[in-house]
Amino acid sequence: MADNPQVQTRHPRPLSPFLTVYRWPVTMATSITHRVTGVGISAGLILIAWWLVALTREPEQYDLFVWVVSGPLGQIVLFGFVWALAFHLLNGIRHLMWDMGYGFKVPTANKTGVLVVTLSVLLAIGVFVFAHMEAGVGAPL
Amino acid sequence: MKLETPLHRVQGLGAAHSGTTHFWRQRVTAAALVPLTIWFGYAVLHLIGAQQVMVLSFFQHPLNMALMGLFMLAATVHMVLGLQVVIEDYVHTEGTKILLLLLARGMGWLIGATALIALFSMR
Ligand code: HEM
Repeated sequence: MADNPQVQTRHPRPLSPFLTVYRWPVTMATSITHRVTGVGISAGLILIAWWLVALTREPEQYDLFVWVVSGPLGQIVLFGFVWALAFHLLNGIRHLMWDMGYGFKVPTANKTGVLVVTLSVLLAIGVFVFAHMEAGVGAPL
Repeated sequence: MKLETPLHRVQGLGAAHSGTTHFWRQRVTAAALVPLTIWFGYAVLHLIGAQQVMVLSFFQHPLNMALMGLFMLAATVHMVLGLQVVIEDYVHTEGTKILLLLLARGMGWLIGATALIALFSMR
Protein backbone atom coordinates (compact mmCIF):
# COMPACT_ATOMS: atom_id res chain seq x y z
CA MET A 1 0.00 0.00 0.00
CA ALA A 2 1.15 3.54 -0.74
CA ASP A 3 2.53 5.54 2.18
CA ASN A 4 0.04 7.80 3.85
CA PRO A 5 1.12 11.33 2.84
CA GLN A 6 -0.39 12.72 6.05
CA VAL A 7 2.13 10.81 8.18
CA GLN A 8 5.33 12.76 8.77
CA THR A 9 8.34 11.16 7.10
CA ARG A 10 11.88 11.58 8.28
CA HIS A 11 12.37 14.34 5.70
CA PRO A 12 8.98 16.01 5.51
CA ARG A 13 8.21 17.38 2.10
CA PRO A 14 5.59 19.95 1.19
CA LEU A 15 2.47 18.18 -0.03
CA SER A 16 1.75 20.82 -2.60
CA PRO A 17 4.21 23.39 -3.87
CA PHE A 18 4.14 26.56 -1.83
CA LEU A 19 5.59 29.97 -2.66
CA THR A 20 8.77 29.34 -0.68
CA VAL A 21 9.57 26.20 -2.68
CA TYR A 22 10.17 27.90 -6.00
CA ARG A 23 13.27 29.59 -7.29
CA TRP A 24 12.72 33.24 -8.11
CA PRO A 25 13.29 33.67 -11.84
CA VAL A 26 13.24 37.24 -13.21
CA THR A 27 9.93 36.70 -14.98
CA MET A 28 8.22 35.48 -11.82
CA ALA A 29 9.62 38.33 -9.73
CA THR A 30 8.53 40.98 -12.23
CA SER A 31 5.09 39.39 -12.54
CA ILE A 32 4.47 39.56 -8.81
CA THR A 33 5.95 43.05 -8.63
CA HIS A 34 3.53 44.16 -11.35
CA ARG A 35 0.66 43.04 -9.14
CA VAL A 36 2.07 44.61 -5.97
CA THR A 37 2.80 47.92 -7.72
CA GLY A 38 -0.70 47.85 -9.30
CA VAL A 39 -2.28 47.66 -5.86
CA GLY A 40 0.19 50.26 -4.55
CA ILE A 41 -0.63 52.82 -7.23
CA SER A 42 -4.32 52.21 -6.59
CA ALA A 43 -3.77 53.55 -3.08
CA GLY A 44 -1.62 56.33 -4.52
CA LEU A 45 -4.55 57.57 -6.60
CA ILE A 46 -6.15 58.69 -3.32
CA LEU A 47 -3.16 60.98 -2.84
CA ILE A 48 -3.63 62.50 -6.30
CA ALA A 49 -7.35 63.04 -5.63
CA TRP A 50 -6.44 64.75 -2.35
CA TRP A 51 -3.98 66.98 -4.22
CA LEU A 52 -6.69 68.06 -6.70
CA VAL A 53 -9.24 68.70 -3.95
CA ALA A 54 -6.73 70.64 -1.84
CA LEU A 55 -5.98 72.82 -4.87
CA THR A 56 -9.58 74.00 -4.97
CA ARG A 57 -9.65 74.82 -1.24
CA GLU A 58 -8.28 77.58 1.00
CA PRO A 59 -4.48 78.01 1.18
CA GLU A 60 -4.43 76.33 4.61
CA GLN A 61 -5.86 73.17 3.06
CA TYR A 62 -3.26 73.19 0.30
CA ASP A 63 -0.44 73.91 2.74
CA LEU A 64 -1.55 70.92 4.80
CA PHE A 65 -1.22 68.67 1.75
CA VAL A 66 2.21 70.10 0.88
CA TRP A 67 3.30 69.74 4.52
CA VAL A 68 2.28 66.06 4.64
CA VAL A 69 3.90 65.10 1.33
CA SER A 70 7.11 66.95 2.00
CA GLY A 71 7.59 65.49 5.47
CA PRO A 72 9.88 62.47 5.98
CA LEU A 73 7.03 59.92 5.91
CA GLY A 74 5.41 61.70 2.97
CA GLN A 75 8.65 61.61 1.04
CA ILE A 76 9.11 57.88 1.65
CA VAL A 77 5.54 57.19 0.51
CA LEU A 78 5.99 59.49 -2.48
CA PHE A 79 9.22 57.79 -3.52
CA GLY A 80 7.50 54.41 -3.29
CA PHE A 81 4.64 55.73 -5.38
CA VAL A 82 6.91 57.21 -8.04
CA TRP A 83 8.94 54.01 -8.30
CA ALA A 84 5.79 51.82 -8.35
CA LEU A 85 4.27 53.96 -11.11
CA ALA A 86 7.51 53.87 -13.12
CA PHE A 87 7.80 50.10 -12.76
CA HIS A 88 4.13 49.43 -13.53
CA LEU A 89 4.24 51.71 -16.57
CA LEU A 90 7.40 50.14 -18.01
CA ASN A 91 6.38 46.59 -17.16
CA GLY A 92 2.87 47.35 -18.46
CA ILE A 93 4.39 48.22 -21.82
CA ARG A 94 6.26 44.88 -21.60
CA HIS A 95 2.89 43.20 -20.98
CA LEU A 96 1.28 44.93 -23.95
CA MET A 97 4.19 43.86 -26.19
CA TRP A 98 3.66 40.25 -25.08
CA ASP A 99 -0.04 40.59 -25.87
CA MET A 100 0.95 41.59 -29.41
CA GLY A 101 3.21 38.54 -29.59
CA TYR A 102 6.64 40.13 -29.07
CA GLY A 103 9.38 39.23 -26.59
CA PHE A 104 7.99 35.91 -25.42
CA LYS A 105 11.24 33.89 -25.71
CA VAL A 106 12.58 33.15 -22.23
CA PRO A 107 16.01 34.82 -22.71
CA THR A 108 14.27 37.91 -24.15
CA ALA A 109 11.72 38.03 -21.33
CA ASN A 110 14.56 37.78 -18.81
CA LYS A 111 16.46 40.63 -20.46
CA THR A 112 13.43 42.93 -20.71
CA GLY A 113 12.63 42.08 -17.08
CA VAL A 114 16.06 43.20 -15.87
CA LEU A 115 15.79 46.26 -18.13
CA VAL A 116 12.41 47.26 -16.66
CA VAL A 117 13.62 46.89 -13.06
CA THR A 118 16.80 48.89 -13.76
CA LEU A 119 15.04 51.65 -15.69
CA SER A 120 12.29 52.01 -13.09
CA VAL A 121 14.81 52.49 -10.27
CA LEU A 122 16.84 54.99 -12.32
CA LEU A 123 13.67 56.84 -13.32
CA ALA A 124 12.42 57.10 -9.73
CA ILE A 125 15.82 58.32 -8.47
CA GLY A 126 16.05 60.75 -11.38
CA VAL A 127 12.61 62.21 -10.63
CA PHE A 128 13.53 62.66 -6.96
CA VAL A 129 16.89 64.26 -7.65
CA PHE A 130 15.20 66.63 -10.12
CA ALA A 131 12.39 67.37 -7.65
CA HIS A 132 14.75 68.25 -4.83
CA MET A 133 16.92 70.41 -7.10
CA GLU A 134 13.83 72.24 -8.37
CA ALA A 135 12.17 72.83 -5.04
CA GLY A 136 15.07 72.88 -2.61
CA VAL A 137 15.39 70.08 -0.07
CA GLY A 138 12.23 69.46 1.95
CA ALA A 139 9.80 71.39 -0.20
CA PRO A 140 8.96 69.41 -3.34
CA LEU A 141 5.47 69.38 -4.87
CA MET B 1 -17.46 14.27 -27.02
CA LYS B 2 -18.30 17.94 -26.64
CA LEU B 3 -20.08 18.93 -23.46
CA GLU B 4 -20.51 22.50 -24.64
CA THR B 5 -23.79 23.29 -26.40
CA PRO B 6 -23.52 24.83 -29.90
CA LEU B 7 -25.30 27.96 -28.63
CA HIS B 8 -22.80 28.41 -25.80
CA ARG B 9 -19.90 27.94 -28.18
CA VAL B 10 -21.21 30.39 -30.75
CA GLN B 11 -21.90 33.02 -28.07
CA GLY B 12 -18.23 32.77 -27.15
CA LEU B 13 -18.76 34.06 -23.62
CA GLY B 14 -17.09 31.21 -21.73
CA ALA B 15 -17.55 30.22 -18.10
CA ALA B 16 -17.72 33.75 -16.72
CA HIS B 17 -20.45 34.70 -19.26
CA SER B 18 -18.60 37.88 -20.13
CA GLY B 19 -16.11 36.59 -22.73
CA THR B 20 -13.00 38.70 -23.26
CA THR B 21 -14.62 41.98 -22.14
CA HIS B 22 -12.67 42.32 -18.91
CA PHE B 23 -9.34 41.39 -20.50
CA TRP B 24 -9.93 43.79 -23.38
CA ARG B 25 -10.92 46.76 -21.18
CA GLN B 26 -7.84 46.19 -19.02
CA ARG B 27 -5.66 46.40 -22.17
CA VAL B 28 -7.47 49.42 -23.67
CA THR B 29 -7.19 51.40 -20.42
CA ALA B 30 -3.53 50.28 -20.08
CA ALA B 31 -2.75 51.47 -23.62
CA ALA B 32 -4.49 54.80 -22.94
CA LEU B 33 -2.56 55.14 -19.68
CA VAL B 34 0.85 54.90 -21.39
CA PRO B 35 0.77 58.43 -22.88
CA LEU B 36 -1.45 59.77 -20.07
CA THR B 37 0.94 58.62 -17.32
CA ILE B 38 3.92 60.08 -19.18
CA TRP B 39 2.00 63.37 -19.46
CA PHE B 40 1.10 63.22 -15.76
CA GLY B 41 4.77 62.70 -14.87
CA TYR B 42 5.71 65.67 -17.03
CA ALA B 43 2.98 67.80 -15.40
CA VAL B 44 4.09 66.98 -11.86
CA LEU B 45 7.76 67.65 -12.66
CA HIS B 46 6.74 70.91 -14.31
CA LEU B 47 4.70 71.93 -11.22
CA ILE B 48 7.18 70.96 -8.51
CA GLY B 49 7.79 73.83 -6.12
CA ALA B 50 5.00 75.92 -7.70
CA GLN B 51 2.58 78.02 -5.64
CA GLN B 52 -1.06 76.93 -5.34
CA VAL B 53 -2.21 79.66 -7.77
CA MET B 54 0.31 78.55 -10.38
CA VAL B 55 -0.78 74.91 -10.10
CA LEU B 56 -4.41 76.03 -10.33
CA SER B 57 -3.80 78.09 -13.44
CA PHE B 58 -2.02 75.11 -15.00
CA PHE B 59 -5.12 72.96 -14.56
CA GLN B 60 -7.40 75.78 -15.65
CA HIS B 61 -5.90 75.47 -19.10
CA PRO B 62 -8.52 73.38 -21.00
CA LEU B 63 -6.00 70.95 -22.48
CA ASN B 64 -4.38 70.24 -19.10
CA MET B 65 -7.77 69.91 -17.43
CA ALA B 66 -8.93 67.46 -20.11
CA LEU B 67 -5.72 65.40 -19.93
CA MET B 68 -5.80 65.25 -16.12
CA GLY B 69 -9.48 64.25 -16.23
CA LEU B 70 -8.75 61.53 -18.79
CA PHE B 71 -5.79 60.31 -16.72
CA MET B 72 -7.91 59.96 -13.57
CA LEU B 73 -10.77 58.37 -15.52
CA ALA B 74 -8.58 55.78 -17.27
CA ALA B 75 -6.61 55.16 -14.05
CA THR B 76 -9.70 54.50 -11.90
CA VAL B 77 -11.39 52.25 -14.49
CA HIS B 78 -8.13 50.34 -14.94
CA MET B 79 -7.72 50.18 -11.16
CA VAL B 80 -11.17 48.64 -10.56
CA LEU B 81 -10.59 46.04 -13.31
CA GLY B 82 -7.13 45.25 -11.93
CA LEU B 83 -8.17 44.98 -8.29
CA GLN B 84 -11.05 42.71 -9.37
CA VAL B 85 -8.54 40.18 -10.76
CA VAL B 86 -6.43 40.31 -7.60
CA ILE B 87 -9.48 39.81 -5.38
CA GLU B 88 -10.84 36.96 -7.51
CA ASP B 89 -7.43 35.26 -7.39
CA TYR B 90 -7.03 35.31 -3.62
CA VAL B 91 -10.46 35.49 -2.00
CA HIS B 92 -12.55 32.37 -2.29
CA THR B 93 -15.28 32.95 0.28
CA GLU B 94 -18.24 34.26 -1.65
CA GLY B 95 -19.38 36.83 0.94
CA THR B 96 -15.97 38.40 1.54
CA LYS B 97 -15.27 38.37 -2.19
CA ILE B 98 -18.45 40.25 -3.06
CA LEU B 99 -17.79 42.73 -0.26
CA LEU B 100 -14.24 43.42 -1.47
CA LEU B 101 -15.33 43.70 -5.10
CA LEU B 102 -17.95 46.27 -4.10
CA LEU B 103 -15.35 48.09 -2.01
CA ALA B 104 -12.96 48.25 -4.98
CA ARG B 105 -15.72 49.61 -7.21
CA GLY B 106 -16.79 52.08 -4.57
CA MET B 107 -13.21 53.32 -4.21
CA GLY B 108 -12.93 53.64 -7.99
CA TRP B 109 -16.08 55.75 -8.24
CA LEU B 110 -15.17 57.80 -5.18
CA ILE B 111 -11.63 58.63 -6.33
CA GLY B 112 -12.71 59.20 -9.95
CA ALA B 113 -15.71 61.38 -9.13
CA THR B 114 -13.84 63.38 -6.47
CA ALA B 115 -10.98 64.10 -8.86
CA LEU B 116 -13.26 65.07 -11.76
CA ILE B 117 -15.46 67.32 -9.61
CA ALA B 118 -12.38 69.02 -8.13
CA LEU B 119 -11.01 69.57 -11.65
CA PHE B 120 -14.25 71.00 -13.03
CA SER B 121 -14.64 73.29 -10.04
CA MET B 122 -11.30 74.89 -10.93
CA ARG B 123 -12.76 76.62 -13.99
C1 HEM C 1 -2.16 54.84 -13.19
C2 HEM C 1 -2.71 54.02 -12.35
C3 HEM C 1 -2.70 52.50 -12.49
C4 HEM C 1 -3.27 51.69 -11.58
C5 HEM C 1 -4.01 52.11 -10.32
C6 HEM C 1 -3.05 50.34 -12.03
C7 HEM C 1 -3.47 49.22 -11.34
C8 HEM C 1 -3.40 47.93 -11.81
C9 HEM C 1 -3.80 46.75 -11.09
C10 HEM C 1 -4.36 46.72 -9.67
C11 HEM C 1 -3.60 45.68 -11.90
C12 HEM C 1 -3.91 44.21 -11.59
C13 HEM C 1 -2.63 43.48 -11.31
C14 HEM C 1 -2.75 41.98 -11.49
O1 HEM C 1 -3.76 41.49 -11.96
O2 HEM C 1 -1.79 41.30 -11.14
C15 HEM C 1 -3.09 46.17 -13.14
C16 HEM C 1 -2.78 45.39 -14.24
C17 HEM C 1 -2.23 45.85 -15.40
N1 HEM C 1 -1.75 47.13 -15.63
FE1 HEM C 1 -2.05 48.72 -14.41
N2 HEM C 1 -2.34 50.33 -13.21
C18 HEM C 1 -2.11 51.65 -13.53
C19 HEM C 1 -1.40 52.10 -14.63
C20 HEM C 1 -0.96 51.30 -15.66
C21 HEM C 1 -0.16 51.77 -16.77
C22 HEM C 1 0.36 53.18 -16.99
C23 HEM C 1 0.06 50.70 -17.58
C24 HEM C 1 0.87 50.77 -18.83
C25 HEM C 1 0.83 49.95 -19.81
C26 HEM C 1 -0.61 49.53 -16.98
C27 HEM C 1 -0.66 48.26 -17.51
C28 HEM C 1 -1.24 47.17 -16.92
C29 HEM C 1 -1.41 45.87 -17.54
C30 HEM C 1 -0.97 45.48 -18.95
C31 HEM C 1 -2.04 45.05 -16.60
C32 HEM C 1 -2.46 43.58 -16.76
C33 HEM C 1 -1.41 42.69 -16.22
C34 HEM C 1 -1.83 41.25 -16.22
O3 HEM C 1 -2.77 40.88 -16.93
O4 HEM C 1 -1.21 40.46 -15.50
N3 HEM C 1 -1.20 49.95 -15.80
N4 HEM C 1 -2.95 47.55 -13.07
